[in-house]
Amino acid sequence: MGVLSEELRDQIRAQFPNYPNKRAVVLPALHLVQDAQRHVSIEAVREIAELLELHPSEVHDTMTFYQFFKDEKHKLGKHRVWVCRSISCMLRGGEELLQHMCEKLHVHPGQTSADGKVTMEFAECLGACDGAPCILVDDEAHMNITPEKADELLKSL
Amino acid sequence: MSTFEPTLLARINKPDSQSLETYRRDGGYEGFKKALGMAPVDVINQVKDSGLRGRGGAGFPTGLKWTFLPKDHPGPIYLAINADESEPATFNNRILMEQDPHQVLEGIAISCYAIKSKKAYIYLRYEYGRSYRALKKAIEECYAAGLFGQNIHGTGFDLDVVLHRGAAAYICGEETGLIESLEGKRAWPRIKPPFPAIEGLFRKPTIVNNIETMACVKQILDRGADWFKSMGVPPDPSNPRDAGSYGPKLYCISGHVNKPGCVELPMGITARQLIDEHGGGVWKGRNAKAVVPGGISMGFLSASELDTPLDFNGPGKVGCLGLGTAAITVIDDHTSMVDVLFNCARFFAHESCGQCTPCREGTAWMHKILARIRMGEGQSRDLDLLNEVASSMGIIPGTTICGLSDGAAWPIKNAIKKFRSEFEEYIQTGRKTVKPSDALMEVH
Repeated sequence: MGVLSEELRDQIRAQFPNYPNKRAVVLPALHLVQDAQRHVSIEAVREIAELLELHPSEVHDTMTFYQFFKDEKHKLGKHRVWVCRSISCMLRGGEELLQHMCEKLHVHPGQTSADGKVTMEFAECLGACDGAPCILVDDEAHMNITPEKADELLKSL
Repeated sequence: MSTFEPTLLARINKPDSQSLETYRRDGGYEGFKKALGMAPVDVINQVKDSGLRGRGGAGFPTGLKWTFLPKDHPGPIYLAINADESEPATFNNRILMEQDPHQVLEGIAISCYAIKSKKAYIYLRYEYGRSYRALKKAIEECYAAGLFGQNIHGTGFDLDVVLHRGAAAYICGEETGLIESLEGKRAWPRIKPPFPAIEGLFRKPTIVNNIETMACVKQILDRGADWFKSMGVPPDPSNPRDAGSYGPKLYCISGHVNKPGCVELPMGITARQLIDEHGGGVWKGRNAKAVVPGGISMGFLSASELDTPLDFNGPGKVGCLGLGTAAITVIDDHTSMVDVLFNCARFFAHESCGQCTPCREGTAWMHKILARIRMGEGQSRDLDLLNEVASSMGIIPGTTICGLSDGAAWPIKNAIKKFRSEFEEYIQTGRKTVKPSDALMEVH
């Protein structure tokens, strides 16, 4: 038994019928592992590769292309909070909001708060420009965020 | 204009608009049923006759794209739906998927039938969690109701729809980058030809279409090609390559307006009308200095160009790259274009996939040069340098594989042409902009 639980392996295998080959399951597998373990370790990469009948370097190549996936040196906190820094949010205070939230948690983007609860990130356009500035908590968008609302949101996590 | 009745957005914000039950009550899946009674080629012809052009940005005629598939191919043929909506300022697909997922799924089912595909993949950007949950539930409802699966309505037509989540990379919106990503690889766009219709996903014939395009297909089957063609702008006789801009379009309005949002209007509305009649005017009683016409990769409209019709032909006439995603961002006259352009350059430097050297290096250098200018260390010759770098990257000069690079270069070229005096004045007077948040973004 490696770092992937049997349950996780079953969830990955359940994706196989959706695609004509196993390589297409790389992204779904990386998502499943990162959701469960808050990072994708090199050992997990090897085990995903074995399940998908790929060379570990193939899985690793895909994983590292998407900066979304984090290795053991950059473990994610319980929640991941993204603040949009692209044009529509920038025009309505997105960068100041990012600064406010980072100061609140004493972190830089990419870092996790001391209590392990929140990993702060900046994001490129989150596609919620009708509610700029917006933030994403895990994969749920929150719109028209003021510093006060951001504080409340952080408190609720 | 005010009497226009929306169709694509007709069900938005209605109670329980996501459910199959309400969708069917509103006549949902009748278009699919109608299509199943037609020959696939007749469905293609109806879409062709409507003049529908792809809503994702490039504006390629949808029906024509479908005819590029090899004739009598034994299959599989795939439909890959581009739901990676990542062009800054664009959010119309999100609204459709979150609020009316069945409209999108019905369009997908009709399109699959037309192109003889039994499998559709929806490549959905990861950030759209709400869209993911709405689509997932809607797909489950369709299987349970026998709208998807084997032998649909006893016609012998089979259809599977798979929802596939991306991982936050802009390049996955490029159709062959999307295909590579779906195959489990880094999303490096492919050299074309072969085009996806000949050799696409899993090396099989593939059509890549956008979410809003799918909603349009559904409406065309319901209401007919003539209905679609009764709206919009006919081809410009002075442009032999213009295929016309027909049908309703979802326009996004964001930035410095009182009422940001997404509105459905006949193609060809102007930026000024969008701002004044639908966006509540420029905020704080100010004036617009510039407007992004359709996502930042299209460039900028200056204040004197706001009466440009936002159809497939209009923005190009004033030097923009095109209509793009028809998402306007309004920039007020208190905002520095140096800040705006720096923001655009930073985006593309972050999102260039790195495959082609002119784009990887070009976007990085344009970002650095603009950072230098913004910090008060620019020189007049930097503007020509920026122009030179921008002019040497993209499929137009022929140095890159995909058009993302042209889109990265365009706002730079546009801004320096249309706002040159502002940049010159900024440099010559030694202005400096340093925001505390800048330091936070250096770590990546």
